[in-house]
Amino acid sequence: MWEVMKLGGLGLLILYGALGTGLARDEAFLAHSVIILLVASGLFLWQLRRWGEPAPVVDETVYMDGVIRAGVIATAFWGVVGFAAGVFIALQLAWPQLNFEWAQGYLNFGRLRPLHTSAVIFAFGGNALIATAFYVVQRTSAARLWGGNLAWFVFWGYQIFIVMAAVGYILGSTQGQEYAEPEWLPDLWLTVVWLAFLAVFLGTLVRRREKHIYVANWFYLAFIVTVAMLHVVNNIALPVSIWGSRSVPVWSGVQSAMIQWWYGHNAVGFFLTAGFLGMMYYFIPKQAERPVYSYKLSIIHFWALIFLYIWAGPHHLHYTALPDWAQTLGMTFSIMLWMPSWGGMINGLMTLSGAWDKLRTDPVIRMMVVAVGFYGMATFEGPMMSIKTVNALSHYTDWTIGHVHSGALGWNGMITFGALYYLVPKLWQREGLYSLRLVSWHFWLATIGIVLYAAAMWVTGIMEGLMWREVDAQGFLVNSFADTVAAKFPMYVVRALGGGMFLLGAVIMCYNLWKTVTSVGVKRPAGAAVPAE
Amino acid sequence: MAGDDKKQDPTASEGVPDQANRVAPPERQYPEPKAELKRKVAAEPPTTGHVWDGIREYDNPMPRWWLWTFYICIAWAVIYWILYPAWPMVSQATPGLLGSSTRGDVAREIADFETRNEPWFERLNATPVAALREEDDLERFAVQAGAAVFAAQCSQCHGAGAQGVQAGGFPSLLDDQWLWGGTLEEIHHTIRHGVRNEDDPEARWSEMPAFGADGILDGDEIEQVVEYVLAMSGQSHDEDLAAMGAEVFEWNCAACHMDDGSGNTDLGAPALNNQIWQYGGDRDTIRHTIYYSRYGVMPAFAQRLREAEIRAVAVFVHQLGGGQ
Repeated sequence: MWEVMKLGGLGLLILYGALGTGLARDEAFLAHSVIILLVASGLFLWQLRRWGEPAPVVDETVYMDGVIRAGVIATAFWGVVGFAAGVFIALQLAWPQLNFEWAQGYLNFGRLRPLHTSAVIFAFGGNALIATAFYVVQRTSAARLWGGNLAWFVFWGYQIFIVMAAVGYILGSTQGQEYAEPEWLPDLWLTVVWLAFLAVFLGTLVRRREKHIYVANWFYLAFIVTVAMLHVVNNIALPVSIWGSRSVPVWSGVQSAMIQWWYGHNAVGFFLTAGFLGMMYYFIPKQAERPVYSYKLSIIHFWALIFLYIWAGPHHLHYTALPDWAQTLGMTFSIMLWMPSWGGMINGLMTLSGAWDKLRTDPVIRMMVVAVGFYGMATFEGPMMSIKTVNALSHYTDWTIGHVHSGALGWNGMITFGALYYLVPKLWQREGLYSLRLVSWHFWLATIGIVLYAAAMWVTGIMEGLMWREVDAQGFLVNSFADTVAAKFPMYVVRALGGGMFLLGAVIMCYNLWKTVTSVGVKRPAGAAVPAE
Repeated sequence: MAGDDKKQDPTASEGVPDQANRVAPPERQYPEPKAELKRKVAAEPPTTGHVWDGIREYDNPMPRWWLWTFYICIAWAVIYWILYPAWPMVSQATPGLLGSSTRGDVAREIADFETRNEPWFERLNATPVAALREEDDLERFAVQAGAAVFAAQCSQCHGAGAQGVQAGGFPSLLDDQWLWGGTLEEIHHTIRHGVRNEDDPEARWSEMPAFGADGILDGDEIEQVVEYVLAMSGQSHDEDLAAMGAEVFEWNCAACHMDDGSGNTDLGAPALNNQIWQYGGDRDTIRHTIYYSRYGVMPAFAQRLREAEIRAVAVFVHQLGGGQ
């Protein structure tokens, strides 16, 4: 019965995709229809060939690691794609000639910019979060992932979402809302995938065999639940046609702006902060082999972070049509958020007390420590930039870009690299990494790259802000916009250089991980006779 | 990974590598937490007694500086709420004791600007356009104000330095070649009413026929007149074709561009006998211009700026170098 339902569902999808290829009202929808048609047909055939086969017996006493291995590969792959896109658009900003005439409407800055942000945040970061969430929740719950192949559905469903979104951007399908660019069809699909992710995670927590839920899992759960809510509310829209990619959002005017930044800010708060804190809370104690510094701090800063973050969105809309009172709340809640954010940094750094010597010998832990350092810096800079007088200078300038990247490259990137270096030998049962020297190279390339990037954007951002507001004694504007663009050129080159170094480091990481899997010996258990505890 | 091998991994101790990811037995050795707390080991802080996959937690207190900074941030927020507009109520938000309003701030800044500059604006309006550069102080003010207006309103097309953008057909304002005349009054008129727009009946309006696209000239004639224009502007050209082109020019182009190609600012016809080109002066570009014609536009700024600002920017453009 279940098999018939699955085949029926796939059949409907094939029908929708096939009709879509004929009735599509725009290029992006045509591409989406082709994707639906191909994927659904492939699954249909696969399902049909397995008709009547007995369900494979699953050993429930073994962790489900295949999907995590796939997630690790996807993380590394999308990371390189996303960083490369970032370096290219950084070069486009420095040298606009790179917006090639022949690629107008496809590969110009406007089309590639959301491709870059989505690739790094959702494809690289998202895959890292899903893979590590699956790894951590199993280990810390002493339970196999719940839901059987549902975890594989989450993995592949998420990749399909990424491809649909990326293809849509190139072909011009966008809602025009930052970090929420995909149109209604990919949005709907992501909702399905995300709820499946929530189900797998919750199901595994429910069948845990440890009495308490580990702190990393609180953060992962907060991330999954909140992102589901943000995504659904911000994307409520009516499709113009079910055969076209355009839709009309339900929210309008300043309400729309407020909901968009409630979403956008908490995408940072729950996707890039809470989720990655979950990662930090598992991989730092494991890699350092030290206990977490303070349980009390983890409870208090978790709840304070969750409660305060959700209010801080209006600071993205200072000095706009948003009423003053909402701006006040956004700013004050951002200030109150400073210490709860730092709680994670303290717990991460202090976990190393008694193991600081490892910084000298273990480049992986060095990477994680620098990640936490950048986290602390970005979560200080954020509240500072939310102060209205600071924001009056920083808003709309490259300072914001620098802030985002010191967080994204420094915190999200570095902690993910650390987790990947930890995971690959574990998941493929290798004795260790192929080369610690290459990890060191990656570490220094990435760190110097980030510093160049962030410093260039601070300088150019503050300069640009000062130039914009400069008026003469009579109150007349001194600089034209083009003057500020011209003045930024050297910093744009430095920024592209920093990004290029970060990309090169990631490529070295991929090579190192590849060699770890292919040429490092299989790990032999130290003493086979030792009973498990 | 350093130290990896000595890490005790309960999942890896089964002896068979492919089963190394075996689900761990729950680590249920929870000691009495209170007893653990009492066991005061000098160097090692107490743990909570929980173990997950080998991870334990110290029961350290929250750092005091952290907690107090958190409290201070909260107190600061509360004080800020009292002083500034903050919490939404039934009909309006709490206004705050300071009576602050960002819209009020903007209105005040605009009012300051107005009071400072209004006397000057009045003088600009009261002075005949042609005489705007006659009084030194008024001229200096107009150049400053005009530069700001130019930066905000004109530089997008004409370039931040007024050098023009040939690729877009936006003329340079630095030279002394003018499409519609370079006196203060003519510049003022062009800015006020714009070029070829439907919004202003007094807009500058000229229309060069699309000689090729509309079939007025055949391909040979166009090639001839292209060579003639190249010759006229002192560029390398085909002598024979250019000679034939002279006649084509006389019949089709000279009415607006004049016999000697010097142009006519009354009609907006640019000079063709020099090296200054609005769209480009190479063979291909000239041929394209003759075949399809060109149709540049400029908004009527009377609908966007106040009269004094238009006068100021006219003075600014006039003094850039080419004013007549």
